[in-house]
Amino acid sequence: MAFDILEPGLATSVQDQGRFGHYNVGIPQGGAMDQLSASMANALVGNTPGDAVLECAYLGPRFTTDADAVIAVTGAPVEVRVNGTPMTEWSRLTLAAGDEVSFGMLSGGTRYYIAVQGGVDVPEILGSRSTYALGALGGLQGRTLKAGDTVPVGAPSGSLPTMDEIPEVLRPVYAKEVTIRIMPGLYDHRLTAEGMETLLSAAWKLTPVADRTGLRYAGPDLEWKPRTQPFGAGSDPSNIVDAGYAIGSIQVPGGKEPIVLHRDAVSGGGYAMVATVISADMDVVARSAPGTLTYFEPVTMEQALAARADAAKVRRAVWG
Amino acid sequence: MSHAPQHLDPARYTWGGDEFLFVEISESMSLAANFKANAMATRLVARAIDGMVDICPANASLLLRFDPDVVLPDELEALVREVEEEVAHLSEQTLETRIIEIPVWYDDPYTRETGARFRKGHQRPDGTDLDFAAEENGLSSPEEFIRKHHESPWLVSMVGFVAGLPFMFQIVPQEDQLEVPKYLSPRTDTPPLTVGHGGCFACIYSVRGAGGYQMFGIAAAPIFDPAQKLADFSDFMIFFRPGDIVKFKPVDEAEYRAIQAEVDAGTFTYRQAPVTFDLQKALTDPSAHNRDILEKLNGI
Repeated sequence: MAFDILEPGLATSVQDQGRFGHYNVGIPQGGAMDQLSASMANALVGNTPGDAVLECAYLGPRFTTDADAVIAVTGAPVEVRVNGTPMTEWSRLTLAAGDEVSFGMLSGGTRYYIAVQGGVDVPEILGSRSTYALGALGGLQGRTLKAGDTVPVGAPSGSLPTMDEIPEVLRPVYAKEVTIRIMPGLYDHRLTAEGMETLLSAAWKLTPVADRTGLRYAGPDLEWKPRTQPFGAGSDPSNIVDAGYAIGSIQVPGGKEPIVLHRDAVSGGGYAMVATVISADMDVVARSAPGTLTYFEPVTMEQALAARADAAKVRRAVWG
Repeated sequence: MSHAPQHLDPARYTWGGDEFLFVEISESMSLAANFKANAMATRLVARAIDGMVDICPANASLLLRFDPDVVLPDELEALVREVEEEVAHLSEQTLETRIIEIPVWYDDPYTRETGARFRKGHQRPDGTDLDFAAEENGLSSPEEFIRKHHESPWLVSMVGFVAGLPFMFQIVPQEDQLEVPKYLSPRTDTPPLTVGHGGCFACIYSVRGAGGYQMFGIAAAPIFDPAQKLADFSDFMIFFRPGDIVKFKPVDEAEYRAIQAEVDAGTFTYRQAPVTFDLQKALTDPSAHNRDILEKLNGI
């Protein structure tokens, strides 16, 4: 079976949990930006956590199904419609062959996910179905969806679970103000003490320059320690000899507008990173809409690992 | 004459959140620092550590991704420090690798046209990137710069940024390195296979997209082939590996078109030969080292 795409939406792509083990040659992990929401959609339709879903950014697609199907939509708050009738998000929906699915406007956040029982069945490339558009790799022909596309759906792998909606208490929130926990490190010693203090105390506003590669925040300038640049590092104090970029790392080119690299990160470059978003808060960054006021809170490795364990508890509550 | 520094202090270890360990071998670029990064990476791959997700050697550093649910950060750091010790006590600093000839159409119309579109705000708004590069290096002409660019081989010191993009460091003494500042403001467009340069590094853009390196020419054959149509890509869609040695070969338009026709027909293969990269020899007598490895290409 398949979905026939009538309108593609702004940047709808096939994503799963990601493509690991090829970052050393510049292929990023990719995968759903908001992993928890994508995973919850899969849980509702009886998939495994590794099945591929459609990730929709802002403006969703309009499509019909060519056979009966079971779907769920989770993530940023949006009106879901089947044949024009409003349906609920975060719950299992049953479609009959020929039904048309469409979406209204977002009322918060940025991305939502459509899971279908059986999963989106594009070929696995290097162990993942995720779309890496820059490398024209994975997903549907290595790109975001276009009108006229046929999105293949796999055969159901198991039966439907008892749970037919995600309890409200487990659903992520889409706030206009967020605190993101970070671990200072990498090249943080290159900032002045005031520069680091500014990073940790300012209210950073997410700019519209935010996509799967990275998100740029507006706020005060950060001051770098002056130095004689090492050979090969470039002339600006924020430059380093090109190095690998951690996913979630924060770089501050020229001391202006910090950038948080996300799941389609460029794997390396010549800008000093001064901290890294902890793994448990990468989804929180992904859910932030432009304009979101963001505070960066420093934590230790122990605190980061405790937060990671807490996030795992939420996943267990969904998957059992 | 000063050589690149041969003595390296112990590396600096720092965390990139709860999933990344960053090992800075040296703040400055040198063949020795890159050799150490790659030697550590090779040994870490061989150890097949449970919970290690990615081992990414870079120019003068190493980025490791791990799963802290499988290997504790402190345990991982101890293992990596062990490997650093091993590498520090190597009696032989050699790398079995390959030399590859990369045909390049220097001063081609594609990068010229793109350069012209992004002239506003460039360090040299009224010339080309090649004019700027020649001046920055005190050379008499762009032709002189091009000659220096292709006459000595380059070591692939890192692969990344985007899929399959090689960063290359020329195997010449530090005072002979070609250094060119990056664009003041990055371009939003770069033709695929552009041969670029930023700081002391050359690169080949594997895909079309944004870029900040000065543009000197265009490589004639692909270096990233997701469809794996060409024989050089039958094992993997990405051609370059850290430690590869590159010899640029200037080609004219007719040769460029002929290579493109071979690529389209699926018959193109790169000229390449196995070589041994010897760090001490490359540092003490780069001319002899380079002559020896370049000779290996002659028999092909």
